[in-house]
Amino acid sequence: MSRILLRGGHLLDPASGRDERGDLLLDEGVVKAAGAGIAASGAQVIEATGCWVVPGFVDLHCHLREPGQEYKEDIASGGRAAVAGGFTSIACMANTHPVNDDPAMTDYILDRARQDSPARVLPIAAATRGLEGKVMTEMVALVAAGAVAFSDDGRTIMDGGVMRRVLQYSRLVEVPVIVHCEDRTLVGDGVVNEGPVSTRLGLPGNPGVAEEVQIARDLLLAEATGADLHVAHVSTAGGVAMIRRARERGISVTAEVTPHHLTLTDAAALGFDTNSKVAPPLRSDTDRKACREGLADGTLDAIATDHAPHAVHEKDLEFTLAPPGMIGFETALAVVLDLVREGDLTPLELVRRLSTNPARILKRAAGSLAPGSPGDVAVVDPERHWTYDPAKGYSKSRNSPWAGKALIGRVLLTFVAGKLVYDVERGVVAP
Amino acid sequence: MIGRDLLGIEDLDRSDIERILQTAVHMREVGEREVKKVPTLRGRTIVNLFFEASTRTRASFEIAGKRLSADVVNFSPSSSSMKKAESILDTARTLDAMDPDAVIVRHEVSGVPKAIADVLDAPVINAGDGAHEHPTQALLDLFTVQQEKGRIDGLTVTIVGDILHSRVARSNIYGFLKMGAEVRVAAPPPMIPPAIEELGVKAYTSLREALSGADVVMALRIQNERLAGSYFPSVREYAATFGLDRDKLHYAKEDAIVMHPGPVNRGVELSHDLADHRPSVILDQVRNGVAIRMAVLYLFAGRNREHAQPRRTS
Repeated sequence: MSRILLRGGHLLDPASGRDERGDLLLDEGVVKAAGAGIAASGAQVIEATGCWVVPGFVDLHCHLREPGQEYKEDIASGGRAAVAGGFTSIACMANTHPVNDDPAMTDYILDRARQDSPARVLPIAAATRGLEGKVMTEMVALVAAGAVAFSDDGRTIMDGGVMRRVLQYSRLVEVPVIVHCEDRTLVGDGVVNEGPVSTRLGLPGNPGVAEEVQIARDLLLAEATGADLHVAHVSTAGGVAMIRRARERGISVTAEVTPHHLTLTDAAALGFDTNSKVAPPLRSDTDRKACREGLADGTLDAIATDHAPHAVHEKDLEFTLAPPGMIGFETALAVVLDLVREGDLTPLELVRRLSTNPARILKRAAGSLAPGSPGDVAVVDPERHWTYDPAKGYSKSRNSPWAGKALIGRVLLTFVAGKLVYDVERGVVAP
Repeated sequence: MIGRDLLGIEDLDRSDIERILQTAVHMREVGEREVKKVPTLRGRTIVNLFFEASTRTRASFEIAGKRLSADVVNFSPSSSSMKKAESILDTARTLDAMDPDAVIVRHEVSGVPKAIADVLDAPVINAGDGAHEHPTQALLDLFTVQQEKGRIDGLTVTIVGDILHSRVARSNIYGFLKMGAEVRVAAPPPMIPPAIEELGVKAYTSLREALSGADVVMALRIQNERLAGSYFPSVREYAATFGLDRDKLHYAKEDAIVMHPGPVNRGVELSHDLADHRPSVILDQVRNGVAIRMAVLYLFAGRNREHAQPRRTS
């Protein structure tokens, strides 16, 4: 196993609070040492001056589409896109075909990942069989097989009784239940945020209250059951406020927000661009600002991509028929660096939300540069200018609202288990 | 300067609208002749691409095209991408390869004419998309008001009914505001779109207040079968609270006119009597529709190719 010394970079390690220039030594698959002037005879030395050296990002929310929809993405292409974006661990949702609701399926995904993916893949199992919202899955067996959380994601469990028992039972395995909070009866046929934009476009509106009602229900059920609730992709000011109050009351809840809800608004839909269609929808500027404040004050723990690949021919349909979702691995860092540039977060706090906090939520050892931590590291140039072309990226899909856009900030190198897996000059180098 | 496509009134400025209305005056005169045909668009091909069923609007465009001597082809795939093997864009590209001079598009989903315009060489005229826009309907309504009142500037126009699902309402809101009228909307609260006042109109839930001082009252068609029981309790209650009859019309100005884009649900949006007699001008609207569509075809399909603006390719 090769020894690698990353020399002279800006070490950002939220776990220890380290925020200074220094060296990082990777050996035997782990971080061996971090600090000033590390001597490492025989190590391959990589100059990192002017760059950030950070623990690899941990994505709480993505869709890898394998098995079943490999024309959109598969574990290999998704894993490659992830490391190109600095993500070293990615938690994939259960809405594959067949659904990941059985230990054999979890095994299968992990097996494919070991062979095909340069990023660590963390399967999220379905909370109910077939994502049907009726019968809970075998949580003990699924966790034993490697599931890190449970979620029916976009198939929101509308039956409160089922949800309550899922939360109760999840205490047996002590992993989070992740909820996509949208009351489907309030969403109706809504496809864009309800407001001035839906009115102008004449498209059915999806009101913010659809999310808020469901967050309220699930917070109350989390309080009643004592389960670990994780709220996915919060998009509304009201949702952020309720989560903030719940945490103050001691309810065990964590939450994530996406790069797109932090930086875009429903105005992105004004040209009827179906790549702006996502669930929950892009909201108002007030909501966007509230999400930023929630992320800054710690109400929202993590940034998660909700990387959701769809083929070009699927997005080329009528706005109401095009599937919701956008890809996000390869643009996430550059997009959320806006929050540093605009003063919402320090670099250290940004890395905490991309890496340390999501690792903590999933109880992973990642998210730290402390000696002994997994050798999952990204080297980032926060000032690198580039133009995003999805056709040249690693995802099989191209459904990004940032296609063709000039971005600032790029991942230069990604290491997983102490091994170089991505180099911006050479591309993905392993496996 | 009028653009290449007519996708919505929102994209036009006042001078564009005035130019279309002015052109329609001449076109109306053609329709009053014994031989209702001029050679203006001879040799040009116009495609009526109607994904959503429509007899009235399609017939109006067809007659308009024929009065200008264009060859008019009706193409009605009449179902969405989901229901058939071919996507809307593939249908559009196929048509484009046949080199039409204009494509008139109607679709039940907002934004489809825009999506088609983005891939087509030919100019696209929106004949109604979802609840987004129906520009030629608004133009014929403006034209009708101008003929009736001699002006649009300074008038008060009240639009009554299902504003939420209405492309006619949106196009008329943009059109009448750009032409200097005051615009009000009135409906049961679930059918008033959120933030509608940001468009520059005033929203009312009291019909009486909305009609007070109105010069023009426009009733919209209610889709009984789809909406009764969810957006309003019953047709009976709707007719009693928002249906127009001669009694309620007294709230408006004495010389107010009544409009409706058709087809009318008699006894619901309008009383039987009001549907047939003045001050309603419904058949004038239909008549003016042909003149407006002739004007639109002349202005958008009649250009020399070399003057066409380059199309965005993507």
